Amino acid sequence: MSKIETKKVDLYYGDFHALKGITISMKANTVTALIGPSGCGKSTYLRLFNRMNDLIDNVKISGMVMIDGKDIYDRQTQVDELRKNVGMVFQKPNPFPKTIFENVAYGLRVNGVTDKKFIEERVERSLKQSALWEEVKDKLKKSAFELSGGQQQRLCIARALAIEPSVLLMDEPASALDPISTAKIEELIYELKKEYTIIIVTHNMQQAGRVSDYTAFFYIGELIEYDETKKIFTNPENPRTQNYITGRFG
Amino acid sequence: MSHLETELQSLKAETVSMWNLVVLQLKKTREALLTFDKDLAREVMLNEKRVNAYELKIDRDCENIFALFNPVAVDLRFLLAVLKINNNLERTGDIAEGIAKFIVNTGADFDRSLLDATNAIKMFEESEKMLKDVLAAFENEDTAMARSIFKKDEYLDEINQKANETVASYIRQHIDKTEQALYILSTIRKLERVGDQSKNMAEEIIFYVEAKVLKHKPKA
Ligand SMILES: Nc1ncnc2c1ncn2[C@@H]1O[C@H](COP(=O)(O)OP(=O)(O)O)[C@@H](O)[C@H]1O
Ligand SMILES: [Mg+2]
Repeated sequence: MSKIETKKVDLYYGDFHALKGITISMKANTVTALIGPSGCGKSTYLRLFNRMNDLIDNVKISGMVMIDGKDIYDRQTQVDELRKNVGMVFQKPNPFPKTIFENVAYGLRVNGVTDKKFIEERVERSLKQSALWEEVKDKLKKSAFELSGGQQQRLCIARALAIEPSVLLMDEPASALDPISTAKIEELIYELKKEYTIIIVTHNMQQAGRVSDYTAFFYIGELIEYDETKKIFTNPENPRTQNYITGRFG
Repeated sequence: MSHLETELQSLKAETVSMWNLVVLQLKKTREALLTFDKDLAREVMLNEKRVNAYELKIDRDCENIFALFNPVAVDLRFLLAVLKINNNLERTGDIAEGIAKFIVNTGADFDRSLLDATNAIKMFEESEKMLKDVLAAFENEDTAMARSIFKKDEYLDEINQKANETVASYIRQHIDKTEQALYILSTIRKLERVGDQSKNMAEEIIFYVEAKVLKHKPKA
């Protein structure tokens, strides 16, 4: 069964048709990369899964978006519950003006967790999962802003993981980072897919190749091709995909 | 270990498996020649399909790694080396199959005295040993071991050069056994090429480990 699925999803910003009949199904514990030129709808598509587009005025969505077989746009879906299951990491690291510890504990606290020991354990576990623990374990009380950009991004990943989602959305998570930090994030993604289902937007083709199992190529709101990354990068079906990944346009 | 390292390691493991299969093919062919065992020779011919399957798989894996990881430096050299070694191994497999075919096609037992006089079996053993030594060099990134292959290859060339003369005088004396004498001469020619393949693979190993190109240069 697929973990995540969209069926004929159309999305309009006012009159602007941003997603055109997108149908994709993703298996659990895989990484799917969304690629395509700027403005083609990657972020819009990604934001379907935590219903972040709902926050934008004049958005109209039709079609089905399912996680674990449930329509997440169903009236019975509680958006708070949905967001506990679907974590998100953004392009720019956005730690809160709090300590390293409190950044990771944040999601638990807002969800009403008060058990101190539980929180401590979960913070440690999340920081270990995001491969940051060794670097910060002696300065958990320090401000998150003292960390480097790459560390801040891994902190944001730890923060997303602390509430134990099963899906992780990443919107160009490494595009603001240096090559070494980028490599760390990529390795992290490779590790994390053992426990999570990950969708990552990237404008870096090589990154899509390195981290993902499946790749979806979007072009002006349309899904041009969706297949195993191996297939897309060695022998794409659609000439437009080939032109894009070989850098002949876009 | 990084994702790319994991991929490269499994590619290496696959190449080693293919290599072992090719070594085994040569060994069985030698045994089949020595004992004139046509069934064993047929088995070698059948197993050639497995060697080919490895070749295709390794080619495809290399293609995927190039496409997905954009390897550089030692990783790039390793992949280029594996691509060529893959090709060398496949050809070595073809050689074993070709000799096995001679065995199946020959009417009578091979004359032991001719096998001895031409050093055909000895040549078999030497080329198997070379192939195994290059394998060890590949597994351990041991370029000293890889370099030792060049000397051994000279020995095979020597046997090969003497074979013409030996076979010609044998045919003069045993005109009725001309066919098998020619098969043995062809076998020796083929084994000489196993030596060449091993030498090429040794060059690839040195290229990937040391970034030195030894092709078309004297191997002092
Ligand atoms: N809040 C919004 N209101 C109106 N149009 C938007 C909004 N967000 C995105 N768009 C438009 O939708 C299209 C897709 O945008 P986006 O999903 O951000 O693309 P990508 O992530 O592929 O660069 C673009 O043309 C963009 O201008
Ligand atoms: Mg975007």
